[in-house]
Amino acid sequence: MEALWFAIASVMLAIYVVMDGFDFGAGALHLSVAKTDRERRQVLAAIGPFWDGNEVWLLAGGGVLFLAFPKVLASGLSGFYLAIFLVLWVLILRGISIELRSHVADGMWRSYWDATLTIASAAAPLLLGAALGNLLRGVPLDEQGWFALSLFESFSPRGTLGILDWYTVLAGLVAQTAILHHGALFLAWKTDGAVRERSLAWARHLFPAVVVLFLAATAATAAIAPQVHRGLVARPLAGLATVLFLFGLATSFAARRAGKDLLAFLGSSAFLLGVLAATAAATYPTMIRAIDDPSRSLTALNAAASHASLVSGLWWWPFGFVLAIGYFVLLFRLHRGKVHAAAEREGY
Amino acid sequence: MTTDPLFWHRLQFGFTVTFHYIFPQLTMGLALLIVLLKARALRTGNAAWNDAARFWIRIFGLSFAMGVVTGVPLEFQFGTNWAVFSHRAGGVIGQTLAMEGIFAFFLESSFLGLLVWGERRLGERRHFAAALALFAGSWLSGYFIIATNAFMQHPVGHAILPDGTFRIESLARFVFNPWAIVQYLHNQAAAVVTGSFVMAAVGAFWTLRREHSAAARASLATGVVAGLISSILVAFPTGDAQGKLVARHKPISLAAMEGRFESGPRAPLVVIGQPNVEERKLDNPIALPAVLSYLAYGSFSADVRGLLEFPESDWPDNIELLYYSFHVMVGLGTILIAIAAIAAIFLARGRLSGARPVLWVLALTFPFPFIANTAGWMTAELGRQPWLIHGLMRTAEGASPTVHGGATLFTTLGFLGLYFVLGVLFLALVAKEVAHGPGPPAAERS
Repeated sequence: MEALWFAIASVMLAIYVVMDGFDFGAGALHLSVAKTDRERRQVLAAIGPFWDGNEVWLLAGGGVLFLAFPKVLASGLSGFYLAIFLVLWVLILRGISIELRSHVADGMWRSYWDATLTIASAAAPLLLGAALGNLLRGVPLDEQGWFALSLFESFSPRGTLGILDWYTVLAGLVAQTAILHHGALFLAWKTDGAVRERSLAWARHLFPAVVVLFLAATAATAAIAPQVHRGLVARPLAGLATVLFLFGLATSFAARRAGKDLLAFLGSSAFLLGVLAATAAATYPTMIRAIDDPSRSLTALNAAASHASLVSGLWWWPFGFVLAIGYFVLLFRLHRGKVHAAAEREGY
Repeated sequence: MTTDPLFWHRLQFGFTVTFHYIFPQLTMGLALLIVLLKARALRTGNAAWNDAARFWIRIFGLSFAMGVVTGVPLEFQFGTNWAVFSHRAGGVIGQTLAMEGIFAFFLESSFLGLLVWGERRLGERRHFAAALALFAGSWLSGYFIIATNAFMQHPVGHAILPDGTFRIESLARFVFNPWAIVQYLHNQAAAVVTGSFVMAAVGAFWTLRREHSAAARASLATGVVAGLISSILVAFPTGDAQGKLVARHKPISLAAMEGRFESGPRAPLVVIGQPNVEERKLDNPIALPAVLSYLAYGSFSADVRGLLEFPESDWPDNIELLYYSFHVMVGLGTILIAIAAIAAIFLARGRLSGARPVLWVLALTFPFPFIANTAGWMTAELGRQPWLIHGLMRTAEGASPTVHGGATLFTTLGFLGLYFVLGVLFLALVAKEVAHGPGPPAAERS
């Protein structure tokens, strides 16, 4: 039962990364790929119908953690206190920059929100990637399973710990680059004209950076969080996910070169899903790793809610999940096809 | 000035949740009224109702966006600021919070764009369906939050494990907590009051300026009629039922809400007075004899217990603010019924458009329902103190053990600044839309 909820939470958060990832990436590239007001509205119209629903995966995934692993949620959110608030503030700024921009037809007003969107969208994956890095590196959990970390201390994962050190910053940079690449492929798929051309150029330049940074992070993880590699090798599911992400990464490259925009985006999605699935499968059941005493780690087994709570969640969760998938299918169908830069009276 | 983290945690959550709820009360109220406007447009084929609906959808969209961005932090603040509470109660309240995300937020977020931008793309019937989806989503979301709060007010359907954590005993009893149902109906009626009075205020404003006459009439009529019905429903039966629940299950909260220290029969209902906690009395009371006994227990001679009958450690820790919150809510609620009734009489006689004094009052009344709603929630939450979960867990036990006061003050100040900006932006953009009126969107989107 605990393993099932671990899988449910992992799947929902992985969907979150893929979905909100494309609008983070598109938002972060906003200023670079769209030069005129028309082009910028084209980018916003491409992500506008989706961003809010995408962000709900974070809330729904967080809700699942709350009900199934309350101690993990409580310890993690309070331990990473300041970093969590940075994420929240960034998410607030992003949301209003998309929603408020269109309300005033004024160059300065729109420039302000364009820049806000770009900066906030670039910061969010950096912070979330660093968060994942923290979970892999481990945190100083006490006997009751609580911890507190300042934002930065010695910048070394072996010295006095802070949320940011070279390893977690590297994890953040990998996430940021991969998400930029993901967003560029999304825009290449959903737009046409100059925006598509520039997005493809960005994807072309970003791809080698994704590969290099990913390799560097893999090497660093071998040193800082050896449990990940042990799990990857030992567990078939993690191996399968590894094949998936390698295949996805290769597809995102080959399909882009072949001009198959949708396939390239799907490849990038498979890459992100695969990396997260491999990490989850390799580290199960550990959810928050205790850095100096593995027995203190919060795991799916020792931090789960009672059996009764887990069972009652299963009564309704599948229905909600199917409904949510249904809404997204409907939404993508209604907004199928490319978004043009032509004047639109309805939209962002 | 204290550096006790608990104080800052409470101040921060109180501030962020209060600011957040400015928006959902408006969106939940408007969601229902927009469905009514669109239904009317579909039935009559009269374009005026659709013009009005289109304008209100724009206001709804703005308010919804503000509600989303200020609502996301709250879900996380349970964990960041109230980690012990989240850990112990997560197995129970995590259910409704996760349900809200899965059943309500996905529905709302998927159809919001279609409602705001999709009228042309969808056609009138499917656009009406999008309005219904937003209504269902936003009201569902409200229910899950109220069910969560109701567990904190009146915990049912749970069991407590030896390690102090809670687990679900009966999901149905927890989700359909009788307290939640009464509180929900009371709260939703109050949200419709906010939507109605805002709608009536804009309609009155346009009428006074002799602008947009068709949309103004539609807004005015819808706002006044819905405002009268909902403001009566807030008081009776929902407010009455809520009061009786408090009297039955939390007599100590009732005593504090009324500033009542001594017990006794034929308890008066205080209209005005200042609670003097030091001297254990109410200064300068103006009260209606025996009415409290009747309202709380259905009999003028019923005994209503005062605070002195309870141990002081169980008293709500801010009796004065609780007392004023309750009286502001009741007072404004009564005033709103009166205003809506007067306006409705003019409307029924077809003379509202010419009754300028009434229009002036309507145009200026819109802040009151927001204040009344806020005061109502302050009554609920201050009345819950000193408990986080009534009778089971004290507020002081629930805060995060590893977060210090400096960090919490830092994030509180950050929210103050950010929300100040959001508030100014919201007011400015709504004012711009109102000044522009219905018809094509204010910003030229060509």
